[in-house]
Amino acid sequence: MLFENILAAAEALITIQTMALMVLGVAAGLIAGAIPGFTITMAVVLTLPFTFGMSPIQGLATMIGVFVGGLSGGLMAGILTGIPGTPSSVATTFDGFPMARNGRPGLALGIGVWASFFGGIISAILLITVAPQLARIGLEFGPWDFFALVMFALTITASLSGENLVKGLVAGALGLLVATVGSDEINGVERFSFGFEPLEQGFSFLPVLVGLFAFSQLLSDVQDRKKAREPLMPRGTAAVRIEHRRALGEVLSRWGNLIRSSLIGVFTGILPAAGGSISNILAYDQAKKASKNPQGFGKGSPEGIVAPESANNATAGGALITMMALGIPGDIVTAIMLGALLIHDVIPSPTFITDEPKLAYGIFMAFFLANFIMVAMQAICLRGFVLVTRLRMYVLAGVILAYCGIGIFALNNIVFDMWTLLIFGVVGLVMKVMGFPLAPMILGVVLGHIAELNLNRALSTSDDLMLFVNRPWSLFFILLGIFSVIFPWYQKLRGFARWTLFYPSAMLICLAIPMSMMQGSVRPILAVFMVVFAAWFIWRHWRAGWALHPPEERGLEN
Amino acid sequence: MLRINRDVIAALFLVVFTCVFFAASFTIRVTSYGTVASHVWPRAILVGLGALCVLYLVNSLRGVYDTEPNVGPGGFLNWFSKYRNALCCFIMYGLFLIGLPYVGILVAGILFVFIVLNLMGGWRPLQLVVHGIIAVGTMGSMWAIFTFALQVILPEGELFRIW
Repeated sequence: MLFENILAAAEALITIQTMALMVLGVAAGLIAGAIPGFTITMAVVLTLPFTFGMSPIQGLATMIGVFVGGLSGGLMAGILTGIPGTPSSVATTFDGFPMARNGRPGLALGIGVWASFFGGIISAILLITVAPQLARIGLEFGPWDFFALVMFALTITASLSGENLVKGLVAGALGLLVATVGSDEINGVERFSFGFEPLEQGFSFLPVLVGLFAFSQLLSDVQDRKKAREPLMPRGTAAVRIEHRRALGEVLSRWGNLIRSSLIGVFTGILPAAGGSISNILAYDQAKKASKNPQGFGKGSPEGIVAPESANNATAGGALITMMALGIPGDIVTAIMLGALLIHDVIPSPTFITDEPKLAYGIFMAFFLANFIMVAMQAICLRGFVLVTRLRMYVLAGVILAYCGIGIFALNNIVFDMWTLLIFGVVGLVMKVMGFPLAPMILGVVLGHIAELNLNRALSTSDDLMLFVNRPWSLFFILLGIFSVIFPWYQKLRGFARWTLFYPSAMLICLAIPMSMMQGSVRPILAVFMVVFAAWFIWRHWRAGWALHPPEERGLEN
Repeated sequence: MLRINRDVIAALFLVVFTCVFFAASFTIRVTSYGTVASHVWPRAILVGLGALCVLYLVNSLRGVYDTEPNVGPGGFLNWFSKYRNALCCFIMYGLFLIGLPYVGILVAGILFVFIVLNLMGGWRPLQLVVHGIIAVGTMGSMWAIFTFALQVILPEGELFRIW
């Protein structure tokens, strides 16, 4: 069955036209990733209008190309200039830049490229094998569980994406509110249009998203007038040649680090809101802890490049797993991909992989192939990508702002969408300046309809609100949501407040309750293991006399 | 100590915003069909949002957030200088949208890109030429791609329709 699906998808995917589009997508992603301040999300957002006229598989394959290219493109700027091209390559600069300064830029780039490649391939394999299984679990979900999952996605996004939880939650609630404007999907009743005709249909999702993210990002990039007029990258970096053979050997000889970091990346990607910006630092930290030579980190250690680069590329596969299996976008990029699927009348849900195997496996394969294209493109066109980064930010911003307008108009042929873009661009910039994270708001806009639809279905089936806590999956997500709300305090006070010693154990024990209520024997057995592990954790702290270990003692300060 | 900062102003704005929307939720039509009325979900969000905004207000008054001090005398010029580029882009984009029905997307787009580039990059003669080439080249190619390759009917503008 798996091979049949793969063959059918390959037939649809491997055409000259689609491959050419993927090559273009990867090239665009590599360029975008190489430009400091130009995020992968923005590159994917800008690709979206071009995909309207394509078939779903072509459109998604192009966007995946941009995604994978962008993740790898960030390493070029990070290694050659010490300025990470994207937040997901921040940790790459810790060792990549010193290695380049020590006269080995080609080797540093090679290690980065090949670690990205293997990270991507490992996560593609996991994507193909895990997503259908997770979708099978998703079939157990009722509307109560989906509603709780959406709420969890919003709370964890709010707690992870900013320094302040309250601001994150306000942003999430504002996103949900924006999604309610216009005609109600269930009863067809008009809401919050204030008698203004264009608002009767509500805000289109993509203009809101592009306005909030791309528009506001561009304007904050050109805020510094002097910096906006300077080239994005300094001169003298174009004459680098990647040392492929040596780099490949360096990466493969560190296979333990590679696999561990890739798994960290996939797991981080599966979690809503925790994208490549978190996984690369987590993987770097773990690689440093596990290394026999931790003092070499920060001075040009190959291990310090392998870990973040394999992790950030693997994150993409993890984020796709959640979107493909549950229809819940894990981050902004997958939220845009979800939007692209919706444009083509394809609605991702737990039945998506079984209902649309050709498209689903086509997406899996596109992710797999994009990694090969990325390596080839890096090898051939590195010099060209570096040249593009000589552009000045204000030129890019001006041109892209106009392009955003045309692209958004092309979506529905409605000028009001362009006004929506402007309004939400202003909102996004003001929120950024005020320190509100944008990711919860964007996810709120995307998930608002799903939340309302499932709440409606749940309450239509039964008015018993206790079902939200009686059903195991719903309870599981509610508990995870509660712990994710407490997480910022845990992170801040870890090593200083005694209650933080109990946080992981309390979470494990609480989550074991719904796990023990689930069907089958595997999950209840897992629940027992979780309780035993929590007890062992508490016992360890008891043996240590409830001693607190501040971060500097744990050696986490960089 | 209680103090007024930009977060207090933002929190107050959000409280008023929530109140306006909460009041507007009473104008949502109640239908005789459907098990859950259309106002239930928005009102649930607004109750949560209201509570969070009050918490935000209390935190801002207590000075929990590390924000810049209030705009002082002469502060408006500093503020304008800091956000000059963003304001220019917003205003020009608004004018681009207003001009769209009259001159169409191609001309409005070229003018928008050209003026925005000059406002942010400078008005020296060489820059004018370079910015002009960039504006015509990029907008022309985008217009061609969308019109001919993607078959999107972009706004032509009244002036072009007459011609």
